Amino acid sequence: MAITKKDVQHVATLARLALSEKETELYTEQMGKILTYVEKLGALDTKNIEPTTHTISSRIFRKDEAKPSLPQNEILSNAPEKAKGCFKVPRIIE
Amino acid sequence: MELYNLTIHELHEKLQKKEITSLQLTEAFLKRIEAVDGKIKAYITVTKEDSIKQAKEADKRLASGKDITPLTGVPISVKDIFCTNGVRTTCASKILNNFVPPYDAAVIKKLKDAGAVILGKNNMDEFAMGSSTENSAYFVTKNPWDVERVPGGSSGGSAASVAAGECTASIGTDTGGSIRQPASCCGIVGLKPTYGRVSRYGMIAFASSLDQAGPMTKDVTDCAIMMNTMAGYDPQDSTSIDAPVPDYTKALTKDVKGLKIGIPKEYFIKGLDSDVEKAVKDAIEVLKKQGASVVDISLPHTDYAIAVYYLVATAEASSNLARFDGVKFGHRAKDSKNLLDMYCKTRDEGFGPEVKRRIMLGTYSLSAGYYDAYYKKASQVRTLIKRDFEEVFKKCGVILTPTAPTPAFKIGEKTADPLTMYLSDIFTISCNLAGIPGLSLPCGFTKDNLPIGLQILGKPLDEETVLKTAYSYEQATEWHKKRAGVEN
Repeated sequence: MAITKKDVQHVATLARLALSEKETELYTEQMGKILTYVEKLGALDTKNIEPTTHTISSRIFRKDEAKPSLPQNEILSNAPEKAKGCFKVPRIIE
Repeated sequence: MELYNLTIHELHEKLQKKEITSLQLTEAFLKRIEAVDGKIKAYITVTKEDSIKQAKEADKRLASGKDITPLTGVPISVKDIFCTNGVRTTCASKILNNFVPPYDAAVIKKLKDAGAVILGKNNMDEFAMGSSTENSAYFVTKNPWDVERVPGGSSGGSAASVAAGECTASIGTDTGGSIRQPASCCGIVGLKPTYGRVSRYGMIAFASSLDQAGPMTKDVTDCAIMMNTMAGYDPQDSTSIDAPVPDYTKALTKDVKGLKIGIPKEYFIKGLDSDVEKAVKDAIEVLKKQGASVVDISLPHTDYAIAVYYLVATAEASSNLARFDGVKFGHRAKDSKNLLDMYCKTRDEGFGPEVKRRIMLGTYSLSAGYYDAYYKKASQVRTLIKRDFEEVFKKCGVILTPTAPTPAFKIGEKTADPLTMYLSDIFTISCNLAGIPGLSLPCGFTKDNLPIGLQILGKPLDEETVLKTAYSYEQATEWHKKRAGVEN
């Protein structure tokens, strides 16, 4: 499967990765190889086969009840930047 | 025998008989780590003060004679993928270099409640992505049997710490073989339980439909002891199974009479090391002598497992790892123009090459126009792989295979080509895709004195038959008594 540098750049944007030129070239080559390898799945007829996303079928639900959570200061203890009890991020709107 | 070479059950006996205290034991292990970890590099963090505190608590408990478990006072290590309250948890990634969780993972809490002493956090492949521990952002862990070789991965630090006598036992996680393959490379026992048997709460997610935590130990008895503490329903993990937990140590009998062992022809292929093949075939003979019978079986979709895995696991990883964005915890890039720029720079700086490669692959296979051809197709073939196992388990109780096609390979041997590295997981991956339990235990050594692993696969929630088979084999052999002999 041929994957182009442009494809890789597009995927990097979707994945929120600022790849360098060198990384883009390397991943174009390596992803191409891996995608060629996985093409072998095309040999199998999977018409009418249900996909498996989880191996156990029992999905357990619990009651929607309010319960205590970790205190605010502990939740914020790992924040790179915080202000007034909130996570602080760089400007969103220019 | 040196204390650091003993098993959980041997040390438990010494602790109960007051031949030794947990504090003495813990100090002995801390000394051992100081002496050999410069060479082996199994630990990212050693929690000296915490472990001494825990040992003192355990000694009080042992003195009181109340509420003692087989783990009380026993020093263990844990993979650095489990959140530990107040102790840095890196997942071997730069993006979590400064992350200190404000809570314990469910299994960590269970082990602490049982009285285990936690010596520290083990090295691993970054975000558990790898088969050699060479993808750690910090350093490479060495195989205690030959320091020029990898310990396997991704739980390579855990496996090496057990094999080098830097702890009594450890816990790892297994998404495509990350407990069993390093156990095989380092000559120890490793069990990946049935999906859902052990809570994933507080375990940093790689591929949520495949990840399971499990014990890594010096023998099968220790493995059963650890499972007794680790297994069980947890309301905090919506995929946790609400089924009673048996006493796994009751399964440790040598009664395999009438047990049918399936041997899948797809696992004895070209590329299988001749020493590995011979050791596994000899192991089958040992179990036959004990009264088990052999059935030839076929798992026809085996050849597709790696392709399915590298689509499913990367897709799930790309979604799970979206949370590392520099906002709430972990690394944040400096001098960003705006929020989007901060996300992209943070992630480029924080993730290593293999993690980026997998995020890229997963994002690609989930993206518009490719979803049906890649992710959906892989999930359908996953159904076929699961059905293969359902069919053969009508004819046999367990399946025996090699754990890995070769013994531990040389450091640097497979880093250039990701696909070659992926192929070292060829025998362990299907087990995760099908959600069944799988165990690796030592079954011999190559001509170069490298450990060989035997894999035993079982029916969902039938860890007991897997452990029974492993125990029967182990008791008839001496492999589990050999130690890597890392010099102080």
